[in-house]
Amino acid sequence: MATKVQPMTGAPAANATTLSNEEILRYSRHLIMPEVGMEGQLKLKNSKVLLIGTGGLGAPLGLYLAAAGVGRLGLVDFDVVDLTNLQRQVTFGSSDVGKPKTEAARERLSSLNPDIQIDTFETKLTSDNALELFKDFDIIVDGTDNFPTRYLVNDACILLGKPNVYGSIFRFEGQVTVFGMPEGPCYRCLYPEPPPPGLVPSCAEGGVLGVLPGIVGSLQAMETIKLILGRGDSLAGRLLLFDALAMKFRELKLRKNPNCPMCGEHRTINKLIDYYEFCGVRGEEAPDSNVQVPEITPRELKSRLDRGDDLFILDVREPHEFQICNLNGNLIPLGELPRRVHELDSSREIVAHCRSGKRSAEAVDFLRKAGFRKILNLKGGILAWSDEVDPSVPKY
Amino acid sequence: MGVKVIIPTPLRVYAGKRDSTEVKAATVGEALGRLTTEFGDLRKHLFTEEGKLRSFVNVYVNDEDIRYLAKENTPTKDGDTISIVPSIAGGSSLVRRCCSRPHA
Ligand SMILES: [Zn+2]
Repeated sequence: MATKVQPMTGAPAANATTLSNEEILRYSRHLIMPEVGMEGQLKLKNSKVLLIGTGGLGAPLGLYLAAAGVGRLGLVDFDVVDLTNLQRQVTFGSSDVGKPKTEAARERLSSLNPDIQIDTFETKLTSDNALELFKDFDIIVDGTDNFPTRYLVNDACILLGKPNVYGSIFRFEGQVTVFGMPEGPCYRCLYPEPPPPGLVPSCAEGGVLGVLPGIVGSLQAMETIKLILGRGDSLAGRLLLFDALAMKFRELKLRKNPNCPMCGEHRTINKLIDYYEFCGVRGEEAPDSNVQVPEITPRELKSRLDRGDDLFILDVREPHEFQICNLNGNLIPLGELPRRVHELDSSREIVAHCRSGKRSAEAVDFLRKAGFRKILNLKGGILAWSDEVDPSVPKY
Repeated sequence: MGVKVIIPTPLRVYAGKRDSTEVKAATVGEALGRLTTEFGDLRKHLFTEEGKLRSFVNVYVNDEDIRYLAKENTPTKDGDTISIVPSIAGGSSLVRRCCSRPHA
C-alpha cells in the first residue's frame, strides 16, 4: 500500500511569542493560574502533539488538547465513524456516521478552537510511515486499540526519543503512564512480549463502559499538558491503574529494564519491525480463519427451516447477548460447552451460531473432535442472518 | 488475615468472577499456586506450559514488580497485596475489532 504521510493541513504554525486579545480572553482561566500563565500558554501554543487513534481515548484527548490551545494537533486514523462508536467517542455526532474519523474530528475540533492547526492523516500507522509521521511532533499520545500498534508506537518513540503518553482500557479498567522519557522505562520494559492471540479476550468478554475511555483519555490529556508545561510530577516510572467498578486508583512502580531490547544499555532493536508477526497476527484474515469447519449460509438455513427440516439450533453466545436478540436457539455459551456436551444429541443435525461465526466455528471444531458428525457452523452468524435473511434481527 | 491477591478484569472470568481473593502464602509463587489450585482455568493465563510466569503478565507485591525483587520467591507476609497486571490493548473499538480484522 502506498504510504500517505502528507497531512491535510490547516494554517501553518509559526513560533508564537504573543497571544491575540481574543486568545487572551479564550485562555483567561489558564492565564490567571501561575502554573500556566502567559509563559505556559505560549508553550501550549507552540507545542505539537500527535494523537494515534481518534476513537474512545482520542475523543477526550482531542477535545481537551484543542480546547487548551495546543498549537498543532495531528490526528492519525483510517477508520470511519459508525453507530457503535457514539456510545463513547464523544467527538462525533449522529450526523458524522459514515465520515472518516479524522475528517469528523477535524470539523469538531476546529469549531471548538479555530486558532489551532489540525493535521489529519487518514492512514494506517505502519512501520513504513511511523517515523516520518512522528518526527514533526513533540509528544505522541497512544490511543490505539491493538497490540501491534502499541509496540510500533513504543519503538518509534524510543528510536526518535519522544515521550509516549500511554493509556489503555478494558471493560471497566484502565492503565495510564508515560513512556519514552530520557531516564524512564518504555512499553517493552513493562511488557517484553504481547499475549499470544488465543489468550486475548474474545468478543464475548470484550466491551467497554462508555465513560471509561473518557476518564482514561482525560488523564492522558492531563499528562500531555503537564509535559508541555514542564509542571508537576509526570507518570513516567509509575503505572496508574483505574478500576471504575471499585472506583479505585492504584499506582505501581514501573522500572526501566536495563536489559530492555529497545531502551536498555545494549539496544538490539535498531529499526521498526513487522509488528503483526511479532504479535503473532498474520495478515488481514488470519484471526478468523484458523478453524476450518463445515458451514451453512443464512439463506440455506432459512430454506431448510422453512421446509420443516429437524435442525437443532445451538447458540454459543453469552446469556446477556441472547437477551439482545436470538434465533430461537438453545443457549450453551462456548465456555460451558465442554461440561454441557452431554445435553446435545449427536444423532440430530446441529447448526451452531454466535454473533459473527467465530466462536461457533470453535464450538463446531470442538464438537467434531468430540465425535459429532452432523454439525454445521452458521456462516457469518447473527450479523449475516440479519443482512441476508431477517433485517428485523438487530446487529450489535 | 492473609495475602490479598487482586485479580484484573480480563482474568476475572477465569476466577469465578472474583475481583480479589485472600490466600495464606509465604512467597509469591506459593500464593499464585494456591490461586491456580482454587481456579484451575487461570493457570494457562498466568503460566506457560513449562510453568513459567507469562511475559505479558506482571506481578507486583504491594507496588513493586517481582521481576526486580526475588521473582516468584519474593516473600509475602500477612497484609501484603499481590497485583496481577496483564497487558491490555484497548482504546477505541474493542468490541468490533476483536472479531474482525486487526488494524494498525
Ligand atoms: Zn524499555
